Amino acid sequence: MDTRTQNVSLEDLQNIVGEQHAREAAAEDAIDGVEPRFVAEPGSVEEVSALLKLANDEGLAVAPRGGGTMSRLGNPPRNLDLVLSTARLNEIVEHVPGDQVVRVQAGMKLRDLQEQLAGSNQMVGIDPPETGAGATIGGVVAANSSGPRRYRYGTIRDLIIGVTVVLADGTVAKSGGKVVKNVAGYDLQKLFTGSLGTLGLIASANFRLHPLPEAARTVAVELADTAAVGQAAQAVMHSQLVPSSVELHWGEDAKLLTVLLEGIPPAVEAQAETASFLLRGFGDVRERSDEEAENLGPLPVPGSFTGGDEVALKISAPPSELTGVLDSTWGACSRRGVTPRATGQAGIGVTYVSLSGGDEEAKVQVVEELREVWTRRGGSVIVRAAPAAFKRRVEVWGPLGSRLELTRRVNEKFDPRGILNPGRFVGGI
Amino acid sequence: MRRHGASHSRLGKVWGDGGLEWEGASSVERGQLIRTMEGILGPEGVISEREQLRSYECDGLMNYRVIPELVVLPETAEHVQEVVKLCHDEGIPFVARGSGTGLSGGALPVESGVLIVLSRLRRILEVDIPNQRVVVEPGVINIWVSQAVADEGYYYAPDPASQIVSSIGGNLAENSGGVHCLKYGFTSNHVMGAEVVLPDGSVVNIGGGKAPDAPGYELLGAFVGSEGTLGIATKITLRVVRKPEAVRTLLAAFKDTEEAGDAVSGIIGSGIVPAAIEMMDSLCIEAVETAVHPGFPQAGAVLIVELDGPHAEVESQFEQTIRTCEEAGASEIRIAEDDAERALFWKGRKAAFAAMGRISNDYYVQDSVVPRTELGAVLKRISEIGNEAGMRVANVFHAGDGNLHPLVLYDNDVPGEAEKAEDVAGRIVLTCLEHGGSLTGEHGIGKDKMKYMPKMLTADDLNVMQLLRCAFDPHHLCNPGKIFPTPRLCGERPGPFRMHPVQKAGLAENF
Repeated sequence: MDTRTQNVSLEDLQNIVGEQHAREAAAEDAIDGVEPRFVAEPGSVEEVSALLKLANDEGLAVAPRGGGTMSRLGNPPRNLDLVLSTARLNEIVEHVPGDQVVRVQAGMKLRDLQEQLAGSNQMVGIDPPETGAGATIGGVVAANSSGPRRYRYGTIRDLIIGVTVVLADGTVAKSGGKVVKNVAGYDLQKLFTGSLGTLGLIASANFRLHPLPEAARTVAVELADTAAVGQAAQAVMHSQLVPSSVELHWGEDAKLLTVLLEGIPPAVEAQAETASFLLRGFGDVRERSDEEAENLGPLPVPGSFTGGDEVALKISAPPSELTGVLDSTWGACSRRGVTPRATGQAGIGVTYVSLSGGDEEAKVQVVEELREVWTRRGGSVIVRAAPAAFKRRVEVWGPLGSRLELTRRVNEKFDPRGILNPGRFVGGI
Repeated sequence: MRRHGASHSRLGKVWGDGGLEWEGASSVERGQLIRTMEGILGPEGVISEREQLRSYECDGLMNYRVIPELVVLPETAEHVQEVVKLCHDEGIPFVARGSGTGLSGGALPVESGVLIVLSRLRRILEVDIPNQRVVVEPGVINIWVSQAVADEGYYYAPDPASQIVSSIGGNLAENSGGVHCLKYGFTSNHVMGAEVVLPDGSVVNIGGGKAPDAPGYELLGAFVGSEGTLGIATKITLRVVRKPEAVRTLLAAFKDTEEAGDAVSGIIGSGIVPAAIEMMDSLCIEAVETAVHPGFPQAGAVLIVELDGPHAEVESQFEQTIRTCEEAGASEIRIAEDDAERALFWKGRKAAFAAMGRISNDYYVQDSVVPRTELGAVLKRISEIGNEAGMRVANVFHAGDGNLHPLVLYDNDVPGEAEKAEDVAGRIVLTCLEHGGSLTGEHGIGKDKMKYMPKMLTADDLNVMQLLRCAFDPHHLCNPGKIFPTPRLCGERPGPFRMHPVQKAGLAENF
């Protein structure tokens, strides 16, 4: 038993959350092979606060957990004692359709939220690939997960308008509110976006909503080579089309760019026609049906459906360098017997790459080479998912450059004892 | 008027407990500081004469005035770094200022502090159309960005009414909005990266710039809108947006704001996201008509609605918008037939604040937000508050996002009226909070609304926000005395920082 947890018993946790809501951890609660001792499921913000205060006082390392769909994101934990699950914080707190705003508890599953909002013909404009697997609102915010429709609606940071958080010492605080436009005080909801639980636990979040589109069409173009990918993506970006997404699928059995058009039926028809005309110069074009629109392409997103030995990367680069991203990836892989495939947001500059085949050393070298290239060009390469052994060899986030020290100072202010997800985030945080 | 520091005053009176008592020979006198600054910026980069300093005593909010000890005019990012480093090492508070058009006193100088005016950093450094980015210095004027990319079919979306004079750096500090932000978002949605001089003079790059999703904390999102309290941006990467295929604009007249409000709810409820949807009440229409003669109809309220996007979508939704206005009881609907007519509609709207000068000696601009469904109730209450106090209140606002700009009209020559106007404005903002709204939608807290912050946020909320402040600016040197009514101690050693002897010696040689 870890010495840190000797002062804390299961009863201490059960006294806070009730007997049935705290238990000894099981093997499936481990993160990258590191097993916690306890799992607690608080039913209120007050219980979250009491749990964190106890953990902070006793120095327990805490991992907040939503749906667990992104638990492979981040470096292996330095320590782990308590998993704090938001599963019971799973309700819509407030939704006034006329205001196009929703306030929702962190543990609610995104797909459940979307289903309820659809009843008012509304949605949160995010569609991370983990939605179907049960990603929660809090998890999506903490991991800054995004999907194809970010091309039109942006990412969480663009949609979140308020947050309630619980800091490591149990302090409950809010920022923002339930109005779309608000500049009173610091924008902590953006600061917490992508913080991977290291600044505090997100208890609830408020979002602006968008009307649910009435119709959808996907125009797909088959492309012969990477040069054509870059040109086709640029052609869409600089056109007056307003697509919801511009997606790339690049691998052995698919070489495709898809453009999703959504809105009212006459406009979708007209835009699909324009898109087809525009893309015809780059390869064979076909329209996909409404039924296919949700499934934007043939390849699953690397790193989103965890398992096995998959090493999944996320390469961020200026969108005009898409051809270069693909060429550098295929080049680095082919020299080492590794097989890549890629999907991504071609109009944004996000490319997800899956590496298969080759040995571990070869994949490590691929990551290091790509990171060197794309960091120098202003981007980044993160290891989105990989076996723990791999992540012990390659730091998953890559260098932070000039902002490393400031990043550490921010973390120290919010979590001075370093109890929240220690070791998993950037710069050793 | 506050007293101006004497020529031999010691600089840097800041927070609490004996803060900046300097020891003997290491104290910086005003004359020394001027010479050091001139060493960095040249004599033309430093303003120290009292009469010249007075030009900088306030920003767009004129009821607060403080004459700074010194104004400096850096021309490069390196200048800004050196100036900030000097201020930090000597414990002198500083305030950054762009064009000085802010309406909450965010760029109000600090007594015994240095005002860093960024208007000479006005170069557009890079136009990168393939990546839809423009890189600018902070003093670049908002409208210049759109002008720089217009030929390529692009524009910069955030368009505060001040856009022909306000600077990008100031827009970033305040997270400026504008009439088109309902659909396109605010400054924070369009700033993609920034080079920032931190309050200790070090430089960091935050945000991805041209590449998305930089790993680590979303520091850029927290920095934008921090009202100059976390550092000074010296290089800013902006996203520019493709011009839409079609734009349609209409102006609709209604009996009163309630009818116009019904139209707003109807339009948005039908799934349309207008590019802009603005309302003015009768008093506002009267003022605008007197000032810029846009030929607005005489009515209890007018709405300006603009739709943009793909041609087929705009045409269909514009028809729907016209029907909705008619159903809500519009007495007249005018449709802009060309760009000139559209410009005339907007001229009337954007002149609204200034036009108040035609019907009143003075006016107090309020900026607050309510959930859209509360608009009707809040407007009614605003009218009652005005009547109770015997004051006229004109209303112009961004109806789509519930951002109100009540204008309280008064006459400064009548004793007590200014105070009464401020009281009415205060009661209005508290009404907005009662209806689930916010203290400010786009003008900021600055100096003006600090006192209301505890009405909206708890002590814990404010303390947690200040944790971020402490990480960036542990000694409260960067635009101190703004946003937070009660500055939080950061757990650092209070007062001035012991400078390294070598550093000190190097500095002394400059004198």
